Amino acid sequence: MPEWPLWEVFVRPRRGLSHTHVGSLHAPDAALALRNARDLFTRRQEGVSIWVVPAAAITASSPDEKDSFFDPAADKVYRHPTFYEVPDGVQHL
Amino acid sequence: MYGNDFAASGGELLDQVADAERELRAAADRSVRGGSDEETYFTELVAADQKIEPRDWMPDGYRKTLIRQIAQHAHSEIIGMQPEANWLTRAPTLKRKAILLAKVQDEAGHGLYLYAAAETLGVSRDTLYDLLLAGRQKYSSIFNYPTLSWADVGAIGWLVDGAAIVNQVPLCRCSYGPYARAMIRICKEESFHQRQGYEILYTLAHGTPGQKEMAQDAVDRWWYPSLAMFGPPDTDSTHSAQSMAWKIKRFSNDDLRQRFVDMCAQQATVLGLTIPDPDLRWNPDRGAYDYTAPDYAELMEVIRGNGPCNRARMANRRAAHEDGAWVREAAAAYAAKHAAPAAPTAEAVHA
Repeated sequence: MPEWPLWEVFVRPRRGLSHTHVGSLHAPDAALALRNARDLFTRRQEGVSIWVVPAAAITASSPDEKDSFFDPAADKVYRHPTFYEVPDGVQHL
Repeated sequence: MYGNDFAASGGELLDQVADAERELRAAADRSVRGGSDEETYFTELVAADQKIEPRDWMPDGYRKTLIRQIAQHAHSEIIGMQPEANWLTRAPTLKRKAILLAKVQDEAGHGLYLYAAAETLGVSRDTLYDLLLAGRQKYSSIFNYPTLSWADVGAIGWLVDGAAIVNQVPLCRCSYGPYARAMIRICKEESFHQRQGYEILYTLAHGTPGQKEMAQDAVDRWWYPSLAMFGPPDTDSTHSAQSMAWKIKRFSNDDLRQRFVDMCAQQATVLGLTIPDPDLRWNPDRGAYDYTAPDYAELMEVIRGNGPCNRARMANRRAAHEDGAWVREAAAAYAAKHAAPAAPTAEAVHA
């Protein structure tokens, strides 16, 4: 029998927080993946909401490109507020 | 707070898990200069206590060692359900039964976390499962001992889960990210297991003389097999040095075993039970208890498949897998039916 698809599971721990990746599991379809995720990852009320995403649907950046992919942001220090000198005496800036 | 030191008492194990979790976040903020080649970068990441993630380059040996260790760990969780399940229908009260059910359910969950962590290394769960069923991958030797009385459920919680926690807390700092994160989750859940076992033994030890005798008998039988859970002595351990260098393993077998003995010696006095070792005594020079080593020849015999329950455990596992085939087939058929395009066409429906 072919192996069931892999699903990545994301749980929102409390209202107001983001869903966070907690692990993965196998299930034949989305409805069962959701129920299995409930049984596996929230046995102690760890969450108020669950997402399941087919692992095959995730496209990831490659670790080999860690430099070329993220470097363009490295020389743009002016995107941070700390780049700017604030004159003495100015308030609420 | 950085450091590999153990806290002195068992009650602080959960704090160590929390420390490991904080450290994981702190290490992630330390920057590591990209090495000139992938192997240098891997070495630098491990040296900086950063985690290796699934898509990172890693040495073949590192990958193989992790697959072997995580798979054995996962198999142990699954096989480990059997000795306790033996007492589910005969738990003395409904409360004890509900607790034991929750515990056995946790073991299944821990097995699934670990199989999922192993899969991130590029091996499928079905492959690992087949290797277990074919007898080509091992599980912890401890689960090849029988649970003869209800007190054994207590002894398993106190001693076997206690030894597992001492072994596993350092794994929360393992260099491989998915394994370390799974272990943090497992250790947090595991602490209830140890306490429920201790409570069972405490209740029996303070009950009738017959109940106390039953508790003592269970401790007598489980003590040395629990000591053997830490593996062969350091002088004979084959995988240790490289695993320590890769930070898959943080402490030697004998260091962990000593840690466990020191914890149990104190906890046994509160129980009012005796650890079956006439040579167990505090050694002020070493700042630790002297103790009698387990019978390593017996450990090797059990690992080779000749423990009291090896055949029964595997036969049960194979039967459960085969008897459950219809559930897997039904779920797959249901999924296929709902994935197929709806039979009636739009025109037919609206006609």
